[in-house]
Amino acid sequence: MAYKRNIDRLPIPPRDAKVNSVVCHYCIVGCGYKAYSWPVNRQGGPAPGDNAYGEDMRGQLGADSAAWVAPSMYNVVRQNGQDVHIVIKPDHDCVVNSGLGSIRGARMAEMSYSTVTGTQQARLTDPLVWRYGTMSPASWDDSLGLVAEVTRRVIEEQGEDGLLVSAYDHGGAGGGYENTWATGKLYFESMKVKNIRIHNRPAYNSEVHGSRDMGVGELNNCYEDAELADTLFVAGANSLETQTNYFLNHWVPNLRGSTLDKKRSQLPNEPHAAARIIVVDPRRTVTIAACEAEAGKENVLHLRINSGTDLALFNALFTEIAAKGWTDKAFIAASTSNYDAAVGANRTTVEEAVRLTGVSAEDIRKAAAWIAEPKQGGARRRTMFAYEKGIIWGNDNYRTNQSLVNVALATGNVGRPGGGCVRLGGHQEGYARPSDGHVGKPAQNVDELLIGGKGGIHHIWGCDHFKTTLNASEFKRAYQRRTNMVKEAMDSVPAGDRAAQVEAIMRAIRAGGLFSVDVDLVPTQIGSCAHVVLPAATSGEMNLTSMNGERRMRLTERYMDPPGNAMPDCLIVARLAQSLERSFRAAGNAAVADRFQGYDWKTEEDAFMDGYHRHEKGGEFVTYARLRAMGTNGFQEPAVGLETTGAVAGSTTTGASPGVVVQGPAIEGARGREPLQQAAPNAGAIGAPAAASGGSERILGTKRLYADGKFNRPDGKAVFAATQWRGLQAAGKQAEKDSHRFLVNNGRANHVWQSAYLDQHNDFVRDRFPYPYIGMNPDDMGELALKPGDLVEIFNGNGATQAVAWPEGGLGRNQTFMLFGYPTGVQGNVVSKATNELVIPNYKQTWANIRKLSDAPEAVRHLSWKVQEYRAQT
Amino acid sequence: MSGCNKLTESGRRFFLGRSALAVAGAAAASTVPQASARATPALARVAYPVSRLGNLRDLKVNEPMDISYPDADSTGVLIKLGTPVEGGVGPDGDVVAFSNLCPHKGYPMFYAADDRTLNCPGHYSRFDCEKGGLQVWGHATQNLAQFRLRVDAGGDIHAEGVDELLYGRHSNVLA
Ligand code: SF4
Ligand code: FES
Repeated sequence: MAYKRNIDRLPIPPRDAKVNSVVCHYCIVGCGYKAYSWPVNRQGGPAPGDNAYGEDMRGQLGADSAAWVAPSMYNVVRQNGQDVHIVIKPDHDCVVNSGLGSIRGARMAEMSYSTVTGTQQARLTDPLVWRYGTMSPASWDDSLGLVAEVTRRVIEEQGEDGLLVSAYDHGGAGGGYENTWATGKLYFESMKVKNIRIHNRPAYNSEVHGSRDMGVGELNNCYEDAELADTLFVAGANSLETQTNYFLNHWVPNLRGSTLDKKRSQLPNEPHAAARIIVVDPRRTVTIAACEAEAGKENVLHLRINSGTDLALFNALFTEIAAKGWTDKAFIAASTSNYDAAVGANRTTVEEAVRLTGVSAEDIRKAAAWIAEPKQGGARRRTMFAYEKGIIWGNDNYRTNQSLVNVALATGNVGRPGGGCVRLGGHQEGYARPSDGHVGKPAQNVDELLIGGKGGIHHIWGCDHFKTTLNASEFKRAYQRRTNMVKEAMDSVPAGDRAAQVEAIMRAIRAGGLFSVDVDLVPTQIGSCAHVVLPAATSGEMNLTSMNGERRMRLTERYMDPPGNAMPDCLIVARLAQSLERSFRAAGNAAVADRFQGYDWKTEEDAFMDGYHRHEKGGEFVTYARLRAMGTNGFQEPAVGLETTGAVAGSTTTGASPGVVVQGPAIEGARGREPLQQAAPNAGAIGAPAAASGGSERILGTKRLYADGKFNRPDGKAVFAATQWRGLQAAGKQAEKDSHRFLVNNGRANHVWQSAYLDQHNDFVRDRFPYPYIGMNPDDMGELALKPGDLVEIFNGNGATQAVAWPEGGLGRNQTFMLFGYPTGVQGNVVSKATNELVIPNYKQTWANIRKLSDAPEAVRHLSWKVQEYRAQT
Repeated sequence: MSGCNKLTESGRRFFLGRSALAVAGAAAASTVPQASARATPALARVAYPVSRLGNLRDLKVNEPMDISYPDADSTGVLIKLGTPVEGGVGPDGDVVAFSNLCPHKGYPMFYAADDRTLNCPGHYSRFDCEKGGLQVWGHATQNLAQFRLRVDAGGDIHAEGVDELLYGRHSNVLA
């Protein structure tokens, strides 16, 4: 039977319950929530005067009620050492989600650590060190002392290149400005580590270099633009599942026509209609089904391209729009360069595109018209362009990204209401680091170094390569072999003899071993190889700042204690830096020891003030007190002033010197942030630094970037790019395609957040997905004699993995869709090691064969294999 | 590592822990000042009424009947599926009843006879009536509340309980 909680009532928060602002720490949308907490021995009542919501809960509540709390929104947690009831429910006053929760975010309370209700008992509570053949609890000083000793010894023998680092660079859980700053300060300021990589890919690089190099930062619009657009153009994204409440709260109203009044009032003098939408995707998704239900089939255009051919399609659209004269000539002249050359270089006829993409000529022409044909009376059509992993992790990432930006620029759709050319995003963002200029471009492929026996120590911050990297099969084999060498060495001498331990470890490292240090919330798969595991706190167990996909920055206030001895990452960094300082000083190297000073942070707020406040563009205006006062609505970065001062800093014009990180070069590798240029002619005014008072003045932000028509290039002009088609770009992909039957497309499911690092410990999700699923065309399943739920092996020359088969009519013949990054079946096992020239992985274009392993395992027999997509009532 | 062994166990503890919660809630309830001075011993679970929903002979295969339980404001459907399912009652083991208020935001759902699912026009969630209300796809953080049924000798179908919190209530049975 389906999993049921058998909870038939929940306590109600009393009027005086404590209320904290919370931003969902899962996806990029960053929905606003409120946490209500109160002592265990008290509760409120259903009368409006008796509860913290001020709502009448005495009868059945209507739809969309602000007062209903699902069991998943409730828990008992520890707060300042006391057990308290907690409710974390969606905030109806947050402009991002207007009270909507999702299947992921609305479980935040249940996904919290509780010794009372037993939730998330897998959370790490103590530092662990490999001793006596197992991971044994240790103190912070003891564990960090060992990490510091081995780190120092490796650096002394191999230089800083011997230290390999994996680190998140985003916001939300496992990131945020406090923690990215701390890790950045350690590895980029105290050290100059170049062998560093980001959480879901093998190098330290932007996934959207293509857009940035054209002068267009990738998060340039606001969520309201989706309500104002005439046309939404979406490529390689399944937003109903991956940006859920952005889609539901901002796209759907426009598709329904319920934003017409807003359009007429904000954009008078032009005709308006409900939005039309174009979705570029090789498969039919639940997003497309929802669009059809809302807008009518006639207003939804699904361009079902051959996997990996987006670039050819975008070039054809660019060519067609240019030929028809549907471009924004004034914008092109004033704000861009290289237009004519790009039109020449990218010329792709509709017929060529038909041949490559498999989309009909009629649909390509229709798409061009929906994007750019002037509205009645000649008004420019407003089109919002959005893309995500289908482009970012797809064929020829750099050029494909650029070819889409070409179309957006040609039609004048960047920096304007109802426009934008944006990535949709995975996590929230929260990048504040010293310059990474020394890393270089292309950056090191750190996974290849790890496989190739390079380096001696690996620091891991909230990453699990075993689940979320390419070529994962080979990676795991090499990693286990290298770390086992060190484990054996550690087992050979008494655990309590630190000097002997370090000597044994170093001998193993010289022989090709690897010492592994893993900082995370829960035990991870790569962490099973680690020698030291350090327990981190997550959002809500610490104060944490991040920004969402429209650069909306908020503070999630601490509402509960971290489990056991877990600490915020930024404070772990501080203690590690201090341990390194001690270690180098004891070794007589005062010069190096001195570089590890400046970490005397007592709280995460100290790290925030040292990092974001002092170093980020507009950061001088931003303090915890001001963010607290702005609640779940916050402000949109960059900050340009306070309500009391008015705008005093340059906003969309880039290059103003406040915010240039540590006075370094442009932060090319910054994630999510508007990239900055130093000393450019378009530099904005330098803002008068605002005092970091305890004041709670409102912060003024920036609704859209580039609203002034100036872009992030030395001449202020966005540059069109030449983006010729060159087939499947990554080495070996064409051969893999030619020799295997099934496309193994992959991505997320609505139920599951990211790699299921917390969801794997949640009964509701684990009941639904004990194994990852692979969606298959029902006729293909018939040919392979597969029944729904049967366990299959997906295999090719790169490796093999498992999943249960789910018939999906929305998939074409020989196309599959597999849940990505799942603990019980890792899709990355079958992804080849080939990347683009900037070391961006190509997860999406993977081909493999499939065979049956067994009938449906017992754990999936009670599940449903009906189609996922919704059909409106007929 | 050690955490992995905890996995299966934490599931079990979770279930017990969360059920025990209802007790905690009930105990706390008795500490709230009540109009009546006399304390009544609190029960671990809310006391469900027994309601007659209909008779087997009223049901046609795959044609849902509108019902409500535990009171008139909590609407649902009673369905004879035509094939036996786990949790189904009646001589054919195929009679089930569910709340039809979507546990995401409470929109009333419609029954799709072709695949025996309840579907939400609010934000497209789908629940499988043949699988105990399992959410096929959707936004709710729980599977669909199912009404516990009993069929008496005369074919009358009675509802006797609910297995999840109903949308729009802090307590399945309102005072
Ligand atoms: S849509 Fe994203 S941010 Fe919003 S609640 Fe869901 S997971 Fe959280
Ligand atoms: S109310 Fe049913 S899906 Fe939202």
